[in-house]
Amino acid sequence: MFTTIRDLIKFSPSFRFGSLILLIVAVMIVLSFFSPYDPGKLRRKVKRNQPPSAAFVFGTTSQGEDVFWSTTFAVRNTLSISIIAVAIGRGIGVMLGMLSGYFGGIFDRIAQSTVESFIVIPRLPLIILIASILRGSMTMYSLGILIGLFDWAHPSKRYRSQVLSLRERDFTHTAVFSGMSTVRIVIREHLPFIIPYMLADVISGFLFSIGFEVTLSYLGLADLDSPTVGTMIYWATYYQSVFAGRAWVIIVPIVTVVLMVLGFYLMSVGLGEYLDPRKRLVRLSAHVGEDAPDDDSRKEEDEIWAP
Amino acid sequence: MNLLRTYILPRILQWALVIFVGISATFLIPRLSPYNPVDEMIGRMTAFASIDPHAVVSMRESATALFGLDGTLLEQYGRFWSRLLQGDLGVSFGNFPRKVSDIIAAGLPWSVGLLTTTIIISWTIGVFLGALAGYFHNRRWSQFLERFVVVVYPVPYLITALVLFIIFGAWLQIFPIMGGSRGEPALTWKYISTVLYFGFLPALSIVIGAIAFRFIMAKALTTTEIANDYVQYAELAAVPKRKIILFYVARNTMLPQVTDLALAFGAIFEGALITEILFAYPGLGFVLYNAIYNADYNIIMGVALLSIVGVATAMLIIDLLYPVLDPRVRLR
Repeated sequence: MFTTIRDLIKFSPSFRFGSLILLIVAVMIVLSFFSPYDPGKLRRKVKRNQPPSAAFVFGTTSQGEDVFWSTTFAVRNTLSISIIAVAIGRGIGVMLGMLSGYFGGIFDRIAQSTVESFIVIPRLPLIILIASILRGSMTMYSLGILIGLFDWAHPSKRYRSQVLSLRERDFTHTAVFSGMSTVRIVIREHLPFIIPYMLADVISGFLFSIGFEVTLSYLGLADLDSPTVGTMIYWATYYQSVFAGRAWVIIVPIVTVVLMVLGFYLMSVGLGEYLDPRKRLVRLSAHVGEDAPDDDSRKEEDEIWAP
Repeated sequence: MNLLRTYILPRILQWALVIFVGISATFLIPRLSPYNPVDEMIGRMTAFASIDPHAVVSMRESATALFGLDGTLLEQYGRFWSRLLQGDLGVSFGNFPRKVSDIIAAGLPWSVGLLTTTIIISWTIGVFLGALAGYFHNRRWSQFLERFVVVVYPVPYLITALVLFIIFGAWLQIFPIMGGSRGEPALTWKYISTVLYFGFLPALSIVIGAIAFRFIMAKALTTTEIANDYVQYAELAAVPKRKIILFYVARNTMLPQVTDLALAFGAIFEGALITEILFAYPGLGFVLYNAIYNADYNIIMGVALLSIVGVATAMLIIDLLYPVLDPRVRLR
C-alpha cells in the first residue's frame, strides 16, 4: 500500500500535484482546530466588509465573519459531508455490485435493471425534491446521507464487472479446484484486486459529493448556518458581494472548491493511469527502445493489475 | 425482425422500467418524509399573507389530492398514476390558479433549445479536438490543451457558471446575466439575435464542462485506436493526415461516443438546470428555482417527473439511432 503510494508520487506527475494540493487542504483542516473562533459562532465577530489585509488575510464578510477562518471550517465541513456521502454510496455500491457479481442469476438481473434505471434518472431534481421537503430540518450530516443515497448506481456497476472478470480468471478456477472455500477466495484472492479500484472509486466519489454539496447549498437547501464551501458561496451571493465590490467573499470559496476537486481529480488520474493496463501498454510501447531489459518485469506487473 | 428482438425491444423495456422506477420514486419520496408537506406549505403561505379562505380550502384539497394523502398507500399509488397519465400535475401553489403543466410548458422550449444547442456544439468540438490531441499526442499544443482540460473537467457546473457570471456578466458587463431574450417573440433577426446574445453565457458554461468530458474520452479512445494496423498502413500509404484523423480515426471513435452521449445526457441536463438558475434563464431550471423558494412542491414534482421522462426518452432515441450508425448492430 505505502510502496504503491510512494511509487505513484515518484512516477505520476498528476498524482504528485494532486496530493500536493490536498496537502494544502489538509493544512486548512488542521488549522481549523486552532481557530480563534468557535465554529458555531463565527458571525458578528469582526468588522464587516473589510478587504483582505494583514489582520484579515482573506477579508471579512457582510455578516462579520473572518473569511480565512470560515474557510478552514468550511473545508472541514464540506469534507465531512463528502466522507459520509462517499461511505454510504460506496458501501451500498460495493455490497450490491459484489453480491450481484457473485450470485448472478435472478438476483443479478433484478439488481442490474434497478441499477440501470438509477443511472438514467437525473438525480438533481429528485435530490432537490427531497431536500426541499426536509428543508429547515437539514443538518450537515443528513445532507451527506442524502447525497450518499443517490451515488451508488455507477460504482455498483463497476464493482460487478470487476467481480465478473475476476471470477473467470485462471487463478480463481485453480483455487476452486484446490478446494478453497468461497469466502476465502473472495477475501484472499479477489479483495487485493478490488481494493485499488475502490481507492480510485472513493476519490471520484469525493468529486461528486463536493459538487453536489456546493450545488445544494447554493440553492439554499442545506443547513445554512454551518459553514461549508457551498454555504459560503450562498451567503456571498445573498449579500450581492459581486455587485457590491466585495469580490473576495465569493472568490475565496470558489478557489477553494476548484482546488479541492482538482486535488482529488489529479490523484484519481494518477491512480487510473497506474491501474489501467491499456495506458501502461501505450507507455511501454513509447519507451520500448530505451528500457527493453525492464520490459519483462513490467509486463508481469501489468498482469497483476489487469482487470 | 432480429434487430427488433435483440436490440430495440430490450431498450424500450428498459425505458419503460426507468420511467416506472423514477415515477415511483417521486411518488414515495414525499410520503417517506416525517413532515406533512401540505400542512407545511399551507402554514408557510398563510403566515405572511392573507389569502382568501376559499383559496386556502381548495389549495389544501388540491395539495392533499396531489400528494394523495387520503386512502391506503396502494390506492394513492393507483390514483397518482391515473392522474399522471391524463397529464394532470395539479396546480401551482406559488401562482395559485395556474396549472403546473402550463408553467412547465412555458419553460420547456427554452431548456430544450439550450440543451440541444450545447450538446451538439460540445459533442462535435469535444470529439474533434480529442481526436486531434490523441493523434498528435506528442505536440506541445496538445499537451497544453490536455492540461487545461484536466483542470476544467472536475470543476462542478455551478462553479464554471459562477466564474463566467462574475467575469463576463458582473465585472466586464459584456453579456446580460438575466433573462432569455428582449422584445416581443417573433421570427425576426432582431428577436433571434437577442435570444442568441442572452443565451451565450448559459450555453458557454455548459459547453465548457461538456467539451472537457468529451475531450478526455475522445483522446483516450483515439490513443487506443491509433495503435491499430490500419492507421499505420494509411500513414505508410501517405494518406493525408487530415483524412486519417477525420475519416478513419475519429469516425471509429464516434460510435462509443454516441453510446456514452446517452449515458452522459442526465449529467448535462443537471448542468443545464443549474446554469438556468444562475443566469435566470427562463427554462425548467429557473421554474424549479422559483418553486424551491415558494415551497411549490407540485412544480418541483412536475419538474422531477418531466426530467425523468425527458432524459429517459432522449436516451432511448439516441440508443435507437445507434443501429443506423453502426452496421454491426444492424447485421448481427
